[in-house]
Amino acid sequence: MQERLQELQAEALQKVAEASELKELNDIRVAYLGKKGPITEVLRGMGKLSAEERPKMGALVNVVREEIASKIEEKQQVLEEAAVHAKLAVEKIDVTLPGRPVNKGNHHPLTRVIEEVEDLFIGMGYTVAEGPEVETDFYNFEALNLPKSHPARDMQDSFYITEETLMRTHTSPVQARTMEKHKGQGPVKIICPGKVYRRDNDDATHSHQFMQIEGLVIDENISMSDLKGTLEVFAKQVFGKEREIRLRPSFFPFTEPSVEIDISCKICGGKGCSVCKGTGWIEVLGGGIVHPNVLEMAGFDSKKYSGFAFGIGVERIAMLKYGVDDIRHFYTNDVRFLTQFNRHES
Amino acid sequence: MFVSYKWLQDYVDLSGMTATTLSDKITKSGIEVEGVEKKSEGLKGVVIGHVLEREQHPNADKLNKCLVDVGGESPVQIICGAPNVDKGQKVAVATVGAVLPGNFKIKKAKLRGEESNGMICSLQELGIESRLIAKDYATGIFVFPNDVEVGQDALSVLGLDDEVLELGLTPNRSDCLSMLGVAYEVGAILGREVKWPEITKEASAEKATDFIQVKVEASEDNPLYVAKVIKDVKIAPSPLWMQTRLMAAGIRPHNNVVDITNYILLEYGQPLHAFDYDRLGSKELVIRKAHAAEKITTLDDVERELASDHLVITNGTEPVAIAGVMGGANSEVQDDTTTVIIEAAYFAGTVVRKASKDHALRSESSARFEKGVDPNRVREAGERAAQLISQYAGGTVLEGSVEVDTLTIEPAVISITLEKINKLLGTSMTVSEVESIFTRLQFGVSVDNETFTVTVPTRRGDITIEADLVEEAARMYGYDNIPTTLPTGTVTPGHLTDYQQKRRKARRTLEGAGLYQAITYSLTSKNKATQYALDVRESVALAMPMSEERSQLRLSIVPQLLEVVKYNNARQLDSLALYEIGSVFLKQDGEQLPEEREHVAGAITGLWESNPWQGEKKSVDFYVAKGVLEALFDTLGLTEQIDYRQSEKEGMHPGRTAEVLLNGDVIGFVGQVHPTVQKELDLKETYVFELSFKAMAEAAVAPIQYSAIPRFPSITRDIALVVDATTVAGDIQKIIAEAGGKLLKEVSIFDLYEGERMEPGKKSLAYSLKYFDPERTLTDEDVTKAHEKVLAAVKEKAGAELRG
Ligand SMILES: [Zn+2]
Repeated sequence: MQERLQELQAEALQKVAEASELKELNDIRVAYLGKKGPITEVLRGMGKLSAEERPKMGALVNVVREEIASKIEEKQQVLEEAAVHAKLAVEKIDVTLPGRPVNKGNHHPLTRVIEEVEDLFIGMGYTVAEGPEVETDFYNFEALNLPKSHPARDMQDSFYITEETLMRTHTSPVQARTMEKHKGQGPVKIICPGKVYRRDNDDATHSHQFMQIEGLVIDENISMSDLKGTLEVFAKQVFGKEREIRLRPSFFPFTEPSVEIDISCKICGGKGCSVCKGTGWIEVLGGGIVHPNVLEMAGFDSKKYSGFAFGIGVERIAMLKYGVDDIRHFYTNDVRFLTQFNRHES
Repeated sequence: MFVSYKWLQDYVDLSGMTATTLSDKITKSGIEVEGVEKKSEGLKGVVIGHVLEREQHPNADKLNKCLVDVGGESPVQIICGAPNVDKGQKVAVATVGAVLPGNFKIKKAKLRGEESNGMICSLQELGIESRLIAKDYATGIFVFPNDVEVGQDALSVLGLDDEVLELGLTPNRSDCLSMLGVAYEVGAILGREVKWPEITKEASAEKATDFIQVKVEASEDNPLYVAKVIKDVKIAPSPLWMQTRLMAAGIRPHNNVVDITNYILLEYGQPLHAFDYDRLGSKELVIRKAHAAEKITTLDDVERELASDHLVITNGTEPVAIAGVMGGANSEVQDDTTTVIIEAAYFAGTVVRKASKDHALRSESSARFEKGVDPNRVREAGERAAQLISQYAGGTVLEGSVEVDTLTIEPAVISITLEKINKLLGTSMTVSEVESIFTRLQFGVSVDNETFTVTVPTRRGDITIEADLVEEAARMYGYDNIPTTLPTGTVTPGHLTDYQQKRRKARRTLEGAGLYQAITYSLTSKNKATQYALDVRESVALAMPMSEERSQLRLSIVPQLLEVVKYNNARQLDSLALYEIGSVFLKQDGEQLPEEREHVAGAITGLWESNPWQGEKKSVDFYVAKGVLEALFDTLGLTEQIDYRQSEKEGMHPGRTAEVLLNGDVIGFVGQVHPTVQKELDLKETYVFELSFKAMAEAAVAPIQYSAIPRFPSITRDIALVVDATTVAGDIQKIIAEAGGKLLKEVSIFDLYEGERMEPGKKSLAYSLKYFDPERTLTDEDVTKAHEKVLAAVKEKAGAELRG
């Protein structure tokens, strides 16, 4: 009987070792360890044994069973692992194939510039003011110290609709309207982005419709040096930390003193190149100290309050920043152009 | 303003300054020097020659064979084609080895068999613009006065050894429209004195007042009129030096009298006019407003009709000049003129501007009057002109002048404190620094306890208030020396308005959905302006458009976006998704300004999804466009307030277009462009939408309120309903949602079947209904009760049967 058991064990272990599939292994389990299996049969035959031999034999049967069971278990793990590996091997894919495209759009480059500038100034305590694109002669000119007879009106040939209304030629009327709303009470800290219109033939550097951002600060003790400092922050943020600014005297009817602001050329670092026409500087902004007439017309006491204002051409910034060589690109909306501005830029 | 560097030296010492270094200094102080032109650029080896002999070229009709003394050992033979070349003339000769503009090198040559050792030059050949050359020499060589020395450098005789600074003057600096004005500016920059021309007067027995009377009937427009009379004048060319200075400044020489008036205009900034006394037709000048429809033929031989707001000089009956703009042909100085009246006057800018604008006559004179001349120079300019005429045209200046003077000249006196200057500039200048600036500018200045009292010369009419003095101080002090600070003072919170935030959110959503932002023009054609308008009105039109294509303000954005789609399609860019947020303009009755309403519009065409190697692609359809809008409404919290309604709209596919309603009001549309329009524009299937963004942004939105995450399981029941084919899914959905009560939390459609297995005229819609109760686990019974109500409702309200 003992021999029979050892024979069965050897036989079973042999089969386990030879098994190559999980099903086979299961068959072996059923065949040897099942209720109808040979080992169970051996157990049944134990009735013939003496009372002393019975427990001994019982123990031996258990040892054999456990031995077979444990080998099956071991083998099962090996086969399962192999099965997983085989499955994974089949599932292998080509990871160099392109991913599934995700639809994405983005801002127009002009909006990109505007939002960058808006966020910069919001961080410095400004709010964003907007106003109509069709304006009255009063807000577009007269409230800005440009009475009807003013010779400087020639500087901005405009699209009139009636004698008294026109397409605004700058976003300055928004400043005038905002000042009026403040009823002589400072401080005012706004920037005004928006579309403006001039009678220009469209070519590489002119557009009858373009965008401006103007800024206005009115408070007690506002000075030219504050304008200089503010625009230096702007220049460094928008064009890079290395940039410097330079003020040159100029003339605008709504500011006195008036200045034009140059930014050191990014391309050549100030040494002079074709972009800056050899000067090392690029003209980007105009501004100045708000003319006392403009303050007074809007109800501010020019003895108590002073202010600065500045204006930036959005296309000009985008052209300099991204090297765009033709202003018409911004309004043609060629998708090969629009899609170039959809990523982050440090 | 063109400023000759050499001429400027008559008034201010420029030693130690080249034209270039001077330009830099002028630019830095506030007047932009736009360019410095070296007149002799590209010119070499041109000398004065004396034509000793001239004869017809033996082999050519139109050529002359000349023997010319060019100051060398012996005269040289030169072949010349100019019709006006002749024996005895002094001419400019480009000798062998000379270089002319365009790198044209003069070599020994043979012309039709005759040797030519150089070239006799016209002024054009020396680089002078044709429009600046006196009529006599416009088509031939230039003939010098006889007193020029043979062999001398012709360039210096012609004033071409000079550099000309081009000043870009802003409208406030009309004081620099004169050499003297520029001299004051340069004098202030360099801290040097300004020398005025000397005027000598000779006594004459005859008095001007015996010859002419002046009456001013419009003294507001003409507060000062001075007439000088010069008799026995001989009209001839003006001296060469004067001609060359005029040409350098961009004015063409005519004759001595006219040239002198122009010379004074450049020197003093005071426009003058010369009348032929004998042609005047009377002995008086009456200055008055023109009569309506009165006529005058001006110097340019154009008959012009005057208006009652034009100022004219008359001879008592008819106009002889439009004041400050142009003289009349009837009183023009001509070759036989012997007695000349020189007019030096102060005309108001507005009246000159009106006439010059109405007649489209902008001249050197009108430009100066429009911007305001220095009232203190009027008399002196007249005197100087009279003196120069007597000097260079041989006339006698009559004693005195005839004047009408109602002009009160009060120089501006402005007080300003040191503190004010420093406060506005952020500087810490001292009293003496500021005082020295005003002194250099030759302003009168007195200082009392840090307060400056400044008397501004009348030449600087642009300086009227404190701020103007601050500017003078700033530009002379130097902007580079102004410190860099940031505003201190009241702290203000920076933020976007609610509306602006919504606009940014809308952009993010549309871009996240795959749309690129376009920016198109607000101005469009009459036809396009109203296409696809949400609110049909007559478009707002420009008074004077530059073209029909840009003559009206748009009422909608879709036509502009379709243009963009067309443009891109034409370049093989077929899959496009674009949006724009911008204003449209709506005319309003009784309002001065149109209403500007911000719209959001989009255009989508081509493939929406494309992943070719996996064999997947999906073209844009209505539901793609609608999905984009749903995402947009969701972002703005409007989903519950939005409805869609099948609709027909001009230019849109009648079966594939929906009106979009916000709380029952139509705010826009979405759908496919009508196939006919697509064909016209050469577009593929294109879907568009346009909505009033203003309405969306202004709709009230409830604040976000958290609702608890369900702790109890939900139960889902699916139903398939058979309904009439005409029933719309949205209605069934609404009926279900209403009937389902509190427990029904979600209804979603998961199948639509309209196939042949259906009875004709019927279709099947299948919905998935999700029930749950936040307070407890639902029982089957609870759900069945609610679900039966749903079934009853769809049957009753839409005749829907459960699909068997
Ligand atoms: Zn550069």
